Amino acid sequence: MTTVAEGIQYEPVIGLEVHAQMLTESKAFCACSTQFGRKANHNVCPVCLGMPGVLPVLNKKLVEFIVLMGLATNCSITSRSIFARKNYFYPDLPKGYQISQYEEPICRNGFVEIDLPDGNRKKIGITRIHMEEDAGKSIHDQDEDTLIDINRCGVPLIEIVSEPDIRSAREAYLYLSKIKQIVTYLGICDGNMEEGSLRCDANVSVRKTGDEQFGTKTEVKNLNSFRYVEKALEYEIHRQIDLLESADHVVQETLLWDADNGIVVPMRSKEEAHDYRYFPDPDLVPVVVDEPWIAGIRERLPELPTERRDRFIEEYELPRYDADVLTVTRDLADYYEAALQPVKDGKEKSYKAVSNWVMGDVLRVANERAIEMDQFPISPEYIGELVTLIEDGTISGKIAKDVFEIMLEEQKSPAVIIQEKGMKQVSDTSEIEPVVQEILGKYPDQVAEYRGGKTKVLGFFVGQVMRATKGKANPQIVNDLIKKSLDAE
Amino acid sequence: MKVTIKDVEYIAKLARLEYSDEEKKTFTKQFNTILEYIDKLNELNTDDIEPLSHVIELSNVVREDEVKQSLPVEEVLKNAPSKTDTFFKVPKVIGGT
Ligand SMILES: [Zn+2]
Repeated sequence: MTTVAEGIQYEPVIGLEVHAQMLTESKAFCACSTQFGRKANHNVCPVCLGMPGVLPVLNKKLVEFIVLMGLATNCSITSRSIFARKNYFYPDLPKGYQISQYEEPICRNGFVEIDLPDGNRKKIGITRIHMEEDAGKSIHDQDEDTLIDINRCGVPLIEIVSEPDIRSAREAYLYLSKIKQIVTYLGICDGNMEEGSLRCDANVSVRKTGDEQFGTKTEVKNLNSFRYVEKALEYEIHRQIDLLESADHVVQETLLWDADNGIVVPMRSKEEAHDYRYFPDPDLVPVVVDEPWIAGIRERLPELPTERRDRFIEEYELPRYDADVLTVTRDLADYYEAALQPVKDGKEKSYKAVSNWVMGDVLRVANERAIEMDQFPISPEYIGELVTLIEDGTISGKIAKDVFEIMLEEQKSPAVIIQEKGMKQVSDTSEIEPVVQEILGKYPDQVAEYRGGKTKVLGFFVGQVMRATKGKANPQIVNDLIKKSLDAE
Repeated sequence: MKVTIKDVEYIAKLARLEYSDEEKKTFTKQFNTILEYIDKLNELNTDDIEPLSHVIELSNVVREDEVKQSLPVEEVLKNAPSKTDTFFKVPKVIGGT
């Protein structure tokens, strides 16, 4: 993006640091549970408390999860990586240091691709991905003192550091969405920003377009919802441009996004806060990830969102838009493919019809009820069956909507529901013909209008017949019969 | 490199510790003795030697992802000078993490 101000063009340069909480059962370096929402200080042991003489032991699954992420983002995996202590003094960090990785992170030099609004794909470099542990929680507003809950101490995180390749707030949003999509596809993080399972800090600077050198950067923290990321970065970019325009300069500092007021505010300066004095953690031995181990992890790599999207376009001949929507989450893509089972021998037409149902009614209900796809009340096969039942003429599209509503409540197959409620479409002309005649007899004026050339009233008759048959008559046959009657006499 | 009293004060501050002027002087002297010893070690030629982060030749000491019983919360809070409900209580700290 280029932003024009007073004739000079400015270009933002953004790098993101994303923390993702890993979906392990136990913590990174002890066997305490990672379960969210437990009573304060109930998931705590001597390791969490930083008691003298305790020994942290690495959770194997954390290594496997981060290698999985590294492979999914085209990183090279460091064969021998070590842990470091990041020292800082804060009451919610009882040890006085956070276990992290510094000089030898386990994943390096990767990239992800984002799809820009103009249809182009852009590579965003990933500098590194490393393992670390979360800190506890300080509560400042419930007592005259600060309350400390260290349940979260030691919960495994990975930190994904991007290259400064991002050039607009929009791109930052797209990159973050892509990271979320990948971690949730891999099943290593639930991706929930509001609950803090995914957190984002941004390094932001602006420079005159064409300049080689980066401008002075600020760090914006507290971007704790997808909605805010773009807004906060937009704000910060314009704040910096305004400073440069007024011949002022950008101060290198840490800023907090204040969502209530829609501004960034300087973080209360903690002197020497950044003197972390990293050094190798003597308690934790190096992690050696050899080729056989990597190969084993690679086998568990699922089809990733971009590949799956491309396959949907290719294999099911879906429009790009459909493929994008259906592959947003792995659960939704799985739901769609399961829904295709009953129409597998069908043609592109059925694939698209199933897509319409999933993107339309299914997603609408899921959003209304704010539920995830794995909790959706209708099993996906039933959606596929519903489409086949429309296509073979058993029911009309209109009746199908009613069947769908019943399926939401009754968890029965559409065939059973149609049977039980007598919703089968009537295609037998001998059953429909008397209704047609009855309707035509009832509306002589409209019949005259039609014969006088106002053929648009045909739709009116079809509507009346459909209503008289409670929507069960086959609309195509109704249409044909009415037309035949009207044109004949 | 020579350690000054300023360095000692800085390190003490990072650790949130307070010392008397007398103690600071003692530490300054002791720190310098330690660093002189390190200078002695630095005389060794280590060009062909891999940096050593651990003295034991071990790697991949890991455990399976299994939850075990945490400490009873009474034990967790036993050493706390101040607590409320099941929280630790500390003097008010302001600012982000
Ligand atoms: Zn623990």
